[in-house]
Amino acid sequence: MKGNLLALTRYTLLRAVMLGFAVIVALYIVVLVVNMGGHLDTVRRGEIRQGVALAVTAVPENQLLPPSELSQIIERQTELAYRLYGLDRPFILRSFDYLITALSLSLGRSENLTSDSGSKQVRNILLERLPSTLVLFGTSSLILFFTSLFAALALSRRYGSWIDRAVVALAPTSSAPGWFYGIFLILIFAAVLRVLPWGGMVEAPPPKTTFGYAASLLRHMILPVAAMAAGGLLASIYARRTFFLIFSSEDYVDLAKAKGLSSRAIERRYILRPTLPTIITQFMFLIIGMWQGAVILESVFNWPGIGSLTILAVNLSDTPVILGVNVIYAYLLALSLFLLEFIYAIIDPRVRVGAGTQRRL
Amino acid sequence: MLRRLRELRRYPTAIFGIGVISILVLVSLYALIALPYSEAIRLWRGGPGVWDDNPRNAMPAWFDLFTSANLPRTVIVSTADAGVKVVEPLPDGRNRIQITLPFDYPYDGFPTEVTLFSEAVYEGTTRPRLSVQWKNPSGETLSLATNRAMRASDIYYISQDGQLMAKFGTLPEVALFSDAAMGVPASQRTSAKGEYAVVVQADVPEGGDFNAKLVVYGRVHGLAGTDHRRRDITVALLWGTPLALVFGLLAAVGSTMTTFILAGIGTWFGGKTDFIFQRITQVNMVIPTLPILIMVGQFYSRSLWLMLGIIIAMSIFSGAMVTYRAMFLQAKEAAYIEAARAYGASNFRTVFRYLLPRIVPVLLPNFVTVVPAFVFLEASLAVLGLGDPILPTWGKVIHDAQTQSALYKGLYYWVLQPAILLMITGFAFAMVGFALDRVFNPRLRTV
Repeated sequence: MKGNLLALTRYTLLRAVMLGFAVIVALYIVVLVVNMGGHLDTVRRGEIRQGVALAVTAVPENQLLPPSELSQIIERQTELAYRLYGLDRPFILRSFDYLITALSLSLGRSENLTSDSGSKQVRNILLERLPSTLVLFGTSSLILFFTSLFAALALSRRYGSWIDRAVVALAPTSSAPGWFYGIFLILIFAAVLRVLPWGGMVEAPPPKTTFGYAASLLRHMILPVAAMAAGGLLASIYARRTFFLIFSSEDYVDLAKAKGLSSRAIERRYILRPTLPTIITQFMFLIIGMWQGAVILESVFNWPGIGSLTILAVNLSDTPVILGVNVIYAYLLALSLFLLEFIYAIIDPRVRVGAGTQRRL
Repeated sequence: MLRRLRELRRYPTAIFGIGVISILVLVSLYALIALPYSEAIRLWRGGPGVWDDNPRNAMPAWFDLFTSANLPRTVIVSTADAGVKVVEPLPDGRNRIQITLPFDYPYDGFPTEVTLFSEAVYEGTTRPRLSVQWKNPSGETLSLATNRAMRASDIYYISQDGQLMAKFGTLPEVALFSDAAMGVPASQRTSAKGEYAVVVQADVPEGGDFNAKLVVYGRVHGLAGTDHRRRDITVALLWGTPLALVFGLLAAVGSTMTTFILAGIGTWFGGKTDFIFQRITQVNMVIPTLPILIMVGQFYSRSLWLMLGIIIAMSIFSGAMVTYRAMFLQAKEAAYIEAARAYGASNFRTVFRYLLPRIVPVLLPNFVTVVPAFVFLEASLAVLGLGDPILPTWGKVIHDAQTQSALYKGLYYWVLQPAILLMITGFAFAMVGFALDRVFNPRLRTV
């Protein structure tokens, strides 16, 4: 048991280091992409110039100078400040500065956007939006995962029934993404029936009581969660059901049946157990896909999360915020991948045993 | 392989999917032939006079079939067709030109707008004066404008004339097309059907000329309706078809094939190659695709083909790489591969002749199933406002509709038509893909 734990720890650490490395490289690539065309430099220079101009004009003696002389002073000071902050160095060196600010999430100040609390720090803007994204996607991921798991188990028991055939026939509908169904759902429930809100996270003004707030939040979550379910549920039920069916035709399952074990015990021990790693992988890919789809889903439902922030930032060309969004997404993706590895290690003993030698992703 | 493909016939969904894809291909061909690129761009991007005669936000003409009413279509009458022009010389040397523009209005409901376009050719600086009269089916004559100073190319927006609005107490187009008494509210009025006429008169200096065109904008237009800029949506829906198909197929071919081959090579050689490929995959999975695409669209170019290239590049080392690698690892151990090594087959030959073909049964269904993902990805970018600046695509129509709050305004056709086309395309490929999966994976066939 102790050795087991040690192997698990070593394995987890190894994975964490590898993923950390991947995050660094990925963010470096993002920095390069953002800066192509000198966007990061322009932002930085603008920030410095503004700071210098403010500082110079704040000095009382300077205010008496003629404008041309004042601008000369600002010009000179700005040049000095550029050198101070290392903007005269080649980009290859500066790119690492950007990388470090990105990694540490000290993302500087936004150009146009402000957080609801009035801060212009990119970090505050992002952190303010993160909870709403996590609430929506956390809830729908969990609903999606457990619904599809139990529905698939139930279907594999009723193989060939009309409901099974219906799921198989309808599985291709999941080829359309969630936001796409979102438009239809808004059309039906908000525009025509007028029973559910068009979008947003809570009513305006937000309800005062905690209970009222939660109720309003739930009401606003129905459509986005339903949209995500429409975009992914049937396909995952189908895939999982097929998977269970394949595994339930194994000899050891027949043997268990012959021994007279209850169907629940068979499902748990002989079907669910060996298929779990694959199921988890599929689920993680689903979540990763959803992080990416969040951008559009949130903007369709006007959900005040990271996704709609992305659109806002893009529309306002707010480079620091765009970079920040990428950083947050990279972290979220890496975290999802790491969780996947970790759960894998717990449920699949083979992974732990071969941790040192076996190379997987 | 072919024998397997023939098995597809046993799956009704596959036949349906293939049927839909064939129809989409035919529509694409029709679009390319009937509306050549330059013509499509002209009709979509516009220019002087391209959309002037189309109604704004009109529903598709087929909407008529679902209502008992005969919804108003656009009526255009000008001196070039039914208009009657009478020229009468005046004693002061000018010519009095009177144009009668008669038209039939058999529709239920009122038009959306009424506009009079006139073109005058004259010498001198004094603008000719224009007077406009309206004759309705009951024989009444109303004066709409007298002494209107006319520009060389004059547009008289009758339905926006504030004086008329004040005079009628309701919208001019409602008052002009109904015979109810003054002061009856618009909701209680019905349109009067029959022969209308507009009489336009102007005194033009000697040698000058004058022509007029009346446009009564309807509520339905064309196969797919129009948008807020009076564009015929049919153009975008038609041209969106080949673009969606080409985009989806190219992206699917590009990414699936490359991933497949690289996974095979990586697994076969193992060691460093495999390690590097795995690290690239991991890095690539951490890079968020959509934000990167958004940045590219925002900072550099929104060209559809650049996006296509980046999407392909970013989906090579993706989750599929992991799946294929696991399969190749298994296939690598097969006895016939060892046999190939034993007789001295080169690495190249082993990979391309023996290892890769083994996984094709998995590849083919995958390939067809990912097409919709790329079709929708393009639409997603367009919906975010990062669509190609020139080409008309389905996603761009949805984007326009979203920015104009089409759903809120009840202009459902605007969103629904491109959305349903996207859905049909996606489902068709998915259906074929799912059927292929069952045909090629015998383990699935029994379940």
